[in-house]
Amino acid sequence: MIGLLHQISSGIASGAIYASVSLALVMIYQATHHVNFAQGEMATLSTFVALTLIHAGVPFWGAFVITVVLSFGLGVAVERVLMRPVMNAPVLTSVGVFIGLLLIINALDGWIFGFTIKSFPSPFHSAHPLLGGLVSPHELGETGLTVVVLTLVWLFFRFTPLGLAMRAAAHNPSSARLCGINVSRMLGLGWGLAAAIGAAAGIMVAPVVFLDPNMMSGILLYAFAGALLGGIDSPLGAVIGGFVVGVLENIFGAYIVGTELKLTVALIIIVAVLLVKPAGLLGRAVQVRV
Amino acid sequence: MPALLEARGLRAGYGPPDVLHGIDFTVEEGGVTALLGANGAGKSTTLRALCGMIRRAGQITLGGARIERAATEEIVRRGVGHVPDGRGTFLELTVEENLRLGAYTRRDRAGVAADMERMFGYFPRLKERYRQQAGTLSGGEQQMLAIARALLVKPRLLLLDEPSFGLAPLIVREIFHILRRINAEERTSILVVEQNASLALDLADHAFLLETGRIVVSGTASAIRQDETVRRSYLGY
Amino acid sequence: MTGNRSALGGALVVFAVLLALAFVSDSYHLFQLTMLVVYAVAVLGMVVLTGYNGQISLGQGAFFAIGSYATAILMANYNWPYWATLPVAAAASALVGFLIGFPALRLGGLYLALTTFALAVAVPQVLKVDALSGLTGGVQGLTMDKAEPPFHLPLTGDQWIYLFTLGVGGLMFLLAWNLTRGRIGRAMMAVREQSTAAEAMGVSLAGIKTRTFAVSAMLTGVAGALSSIAVQFVAPDSFNFFLSITLFVGLVVGGVDSIPGALFGGAFIEFVPNIANDISKAAPGVVYGAILIGFMFLMPRGVGGLLARALRRGRKLAAPAE
Ligand SMILES: Nc1ncnc2c1ncn2[C@@H]1O[C@H](COP(=O)(O)OP(=O)(O)OP(=O)(O)O)[C@@H](O)[C@H]1O
Ligand SMILES: [Mg+2]
Repeated sequence: MIGLLHQISSGIASGAIYASVSLALVMIYQATHHVNFAQGEMATLSTFVALTLIHAGVPFWGAFVITVVLSFGLGVAVERVLMRPVMNAPVLTSVGVFIGLLLIINALDGWIFGFTIKSFPSPFHSAHPLLGGLVSPHELGETGLTVVVLTLVWLFFRFTPLGLAMRAAAHNPSSARLCGINVSRMLGLGWGLAAAIGAAAGIMVAPVVFLDPNMMSGILLYAFAGALLGGIDSPLGAVIGGFVVGVLENIFGAYIVGTELKLTVALIIIVAVLLVKPAGLLGRAVQVRV
Repeated sequence: MPALLEARGLRAGYGPPDVLHGIDFTVEEGGVTALLGANGAGKSTTLRALCGMIRRAGQITLGGARIERAATEEIVRRGVGHVPDGRGTFLELTVEENLRLGAYTRRDRAGVAADMERMFGYFPRLKERYRQQAGTLSGGEQQMLAIARALLVKPRLLLLDEPSFGLAPLIVREIFHILRRINAEERTSILVVEQNASLALDLADHAFLLETGRIVVSGTASAIRQDETVRRSYLGY
Repeated sequence: MTGNRSALGGALVVFAVLLALAFVSDSYHLFQLTMLVVYAVAVLGMVVLTGYNGQISLGQGAFFAIGSYATAILMANYNWPYWATLPVAAAASALVGFLIGFPALRLGGLYLALTTFALAVAVPQVLKVDALSGLTGGVQGLTMDKAEPPFHLPLTGDQWIYLFTLGVGGLMFLLAWNLTRGRIGRAMMAVREQSTAAEAMGVSLAGIKTRTFAVSAMLTGVAGALSSIAVQFVAPDSFNFFLSITLFVGLVVGGVDSIPGALFGGAFIEFVPNIANDISKAAPGVVYGAILIGFMFLMPRGVGGLLARALRRGRKLAAPAE
């Protein structure tokens, strides 16, 4: 029983990370109907930047904030330079461009920061065991921080005029323009925000999985599974899907398929969702083109 | 009356071929102008061209300033409210959010709140459905929401694309009645596209008739209503 | 039908040149040529899918792996002769393609990309898993014997492997060419161009798409099997996600809808240095990424598209003389 509880709580901890990346993916999908395959690599790059800052003597939270802000800029830049020209191009073009970006960032990470696996400091420490030793301080802190980030994002979209405008631009760009909204600026902001969320997730997961250029590839896969499970056009669904995938991954890994096959769980979830409920839990019905 | 909007040699289209072949027209300050024509004549295209939603060339002047190169959002900020073809409702958002989006460009909170109340005066049903998802509104309610949203821009010129489309006659009458009040009370000039010519001519003081991207007749509403050939060949009543 | 005839003529010339190379190359270059053909067949599988069906696979490396392992397992564990493993490798990869394609292909284009992406990331893990290591050799992988020339032919082993690969590869190209030309090919094109028109033709879209995907997986699986025979060794880490990406880059470079382009794709993969094994060092990744983005923006139809345009122009210039 304690074992199961432990699996669930650490599933929630990794689910928080997946939820963040799922949300980043879905935000972009909703606005552009393209999937940013480089979302994970962008987050890895951000995490390397954070580590460099920390090694240069910047305090952890200072490095965190600086990195998130820089990542926001990176997201905006990627939208301007790469996304905009392929906005209305066929899916193949955008897939090609974002896979290209994935390759470039991955290689540059290795080139600049090295291919060796690096440990990453955690800001969360505790002298006492937490919740009866059920969770590590980092798990608890990481989950808490991620939940705070996700809540802030939700508040932003739900209650600020800018957040509303971004949602409007994603749902219905031409109507948004008729309300005086600069849609292309909203898209840039959306990419910036997605990259910032990804950066926070990268920094939070790095102490657990350690940092190397491929750190996010598995996480991106779980995030895809989470996004599809929740509904690829539903941000709330993505967050829920991310948490569910985290818990499922841990339980399946511990009791059914073994930890060696954890990534396969993501594949199984994806195939199962597409078979059973392609729209996901909260998504709108997908047009089935049979 | 001075012209609020003036188009000279307006050409527009979606791909390389022009849909509008150089049209000239004006909308007078404080007036209602009707834009009539058969299906596919280019009525919606004209409104889209005015708002910078499609490729266009020629001269468009709004209140003395040239806007033919301005971006849609810029034109909106200069005081053009557009109720597009299909209403352009944000179906996933609530009625409240749709209305707030209408007022997105405005910074005068008090003014927005007062205008919001006035909209509820015109369209009490929107108040009842304030927190409802807009996609769940009836067609008539969605049309009301679209008009209210465009009015919250505080436009000098309101463009309406077939406000009667798909609505029951009773609702249509209600909406046209409200449009008349809006024109009178808010001093908002209106350019309305309508299939229902008789209805539009009742509301309008000027009208012009579009045929495959060219203006073939224009004049006062009453003159056009009288014109036997126009009536028989274009208006069909 | 001059177009068809000159295409066939061109193909024969290329084939003859490749054949002749078997007798003038040293074993190092023979191995490179063998791998060129292997990758060309793998890319060909993607051309059938993307070019003729409009679908995107980011997990073709998984089918390559399945073909490779099918051959390796049969050869290393069950002492099958190399040539007899090919049909099994083909069937195994086609089956997995069918199973994966079935759910994803009913939906829009991105879904197959996502699913195959997941497949590509997951497959190396499956190959490593302890429970299967009796079969797959686990992390260590499997080693096989080198194929010998049959009938005491006066050939070296490397020459024979190259010729064998070339022969099977040629057959695969012929198969793909036939497939895309016949009734099924027209249906496939209709699927890509206009789904409603295809439906009006009485084509079952999902059926065609799923079968095309199975064929695509089969072709890439056969390429994997050929690579096993050539390399005589398989290990999970050769089939990581970057293999799938490499094949995707090969597809884009060759041209997504060009069957001859697949040969350029194969050459690109083999000769742009150190890709398959050593992708984790920086330079190739940057080059690949830049090439991918560059092609997307500047030459979306790849080398094959360029070639086709040049040929057409050439024919137009020649036409008045006729
Ligand atoms: N988005 C578009 N892309 C390409 N062509 C279009 C588009 N919208 C309209 N057209 C073409 O432009 C021409 C004029 O269309 P428009 O929508 O302006 O007609 P309309 O007068 O509003 O007709 P209706 O009364 O049916 O709404 C038509 O030939 C139409 O096919
Ligand atoms: Mg219209």
